[in-house]
Amino acid sequence: MSKIIVQGVAQGKVLKTTNPINFLGAVDKKTGVVHDKKYDIFEKSIKDIILVFPYGIGSSVGAYTIYSLKSNHSAPIAMICKKADLTVASGCALANIPMIIVSNEEFDTIQDGNEITIDTKSEKIFN
Amino acid sequence: MELTKEEQSALNGEKGDILQTAYRILVATGEATNAEKLIPVNWAHLSGVNYNTIGDSGEEFLRTISQEAKVKVKTTVNPMGFDFDHISEFDHIDDDFIQKQKSIRNSYIRMGVEATFSCTPYDIFDLPEKNSQVSFAESNAAIFANSLGGLKTNKESAFSALASAITGKSPYSDLRKDDITSPMTIRMKMDNPNELDFGMLGFFAGKIGDTSVNISGVSQPNRRSCKALCGGMGTSGTCAKFQFVETEDEKSEKIDFGKEEMDEIYDELNTTEKGDLITLGSPQLGLEELSDLSKMLKGKSFQKRCLIFCSRAVQEQARSLDFTNEIEKAGGEILSDCCTCLTPLINTNETDAVTTNSIKGAYYLKNSTRVDVNLKPLSKIIEDETK
Repeated sequence: MSKIIVQGVAQGKVLKTTNPINFLGAVDKKTGVVHDKKYDIFEKSIKDIILVFPYGIGSSVGAYTIYSLKSNHSAPIAMICKKADLTVASGCALANIPMIIVSNEEFDTIQDGNEITIDTKSEKIFN
Repeated sequence: MELTKEEQSALNGEKGDILQTAYRILVATGEATNAEKLIPVNWAHLSGVNYNTIGDSGEEFLRTISQEAKVKVKTTVNPMGFDFDHISEFDHIDDDFIQKQKSIRNSYIRMGVEATFSCTPYDIFDLPEKNSQVSFAESNAAIFANSLGGLKTNKESAFSALASAITGKSPYSDLRKDDITSPMTIRMKMDNPNELDFGMLGFFAGKIGDTSVNISGVSQPNRRSCKALCGGMGTSGTCAKFQFVETEDEKSEKIDFGKEEMDEIYDELNTTEKGDLITLGSPQLGLEELSDLSKMLKGKSFQKRCLIFCSRAVQEQARSLDFTNEIEKAGGEILSDCCTCLTPLINTNETDAVTTNSIKGAYYLKNSTRVDVNLKPLSKIIEDETK
């Protein structure tokens, strides 16, 4: 864990994508389903999982998408990125979704589908 | 991040919930961008105004905070979903949307923003003195401010810019410093590029650039092309600044943007060869662009519906200078306070495909409005679609 952006604890299944995410353009804010075919997680839901992706891209309104996902009970329970961007950081800060930044090596070791726990207090990811 | 005593006490909640939330956002975004402190900004530009983009939870959030929150610095706002003056010409907009959009507009006005409803604040106001620190959320406006306007801003998010508006502060991130360098140079290899080519160059640069890129092989693009470049770049990535360079820095990584790269982006965003509606303006058109358009349309007439988006301030100027006459005679519908991106004026019940010259518009038409897109430069649109 190289940096904590939003504190918290979360335990759940990993959904991992290698695509940077444009929340406004690619994610349905009501259901949490990814509806852009360009993504390797196309048609998957980001609801109630630990979302692992490189970083957020595109519209600044993506922060509202993250907040809406949370209000609609369709948000990830935590987010793990390689690089922090303002849209995801501020969206998670307002929606109170734990968010951390990890190194490239650590990012590569996180496996899609695994159950993991993150705890920003102990600064650890447990498998 | 080092906070002053006053900032720390606001973060601890000693100055109320609104300021606590605002500082929580500033600290998170400060951590995200390696900022060591907060600094004052003198202008915030907010995104998150269109009901289509922020939805019920956004509407409710703004309604709640606007009971108390007031902006502390000059604050302008992005487009809404539609133009209230022309709503009767689009009978498919339902009443719920209209009411929610009104509520959002009123919440922002209650907080004390200037009711610009524009994604091109740089076309409306004289820019503050060089190197001024501002906080712009709209991505094309942030890139324009940093790259062509001589200002300094992060590519802010809707919430980080709102937090800046309420506190008058923003994290002192790398982009706000004087010594920012671009590790990458994109070499433009296309001759005589039009605005569509510049939009694709921006989209390409945004995809591969990190925070800032150099662009070589480009000589003095006009304003339409500059805005297309900013719009394209803001859509595809995190890159927040470019600079045109004549000589390439030996140390920087060099990447060519030629026919192959351009075709790939064209094929990604152009999904059909024919649109049943034309849109111009994403980003919204400025005065110079309306003046050009008026000349290009002289004596011509559109063969299908054409929506032309500009800010209200620009529309008023254009009317007083009589640039609007030829456009409207040709059948162009001039709309303010909204733009191509995510407007409910365009939906899949009424429209199968849209012709546009905007890469930013194309991206959101395809992925959010979910209609087909036909991309053409403005000159070709006028050649093919008017008589």
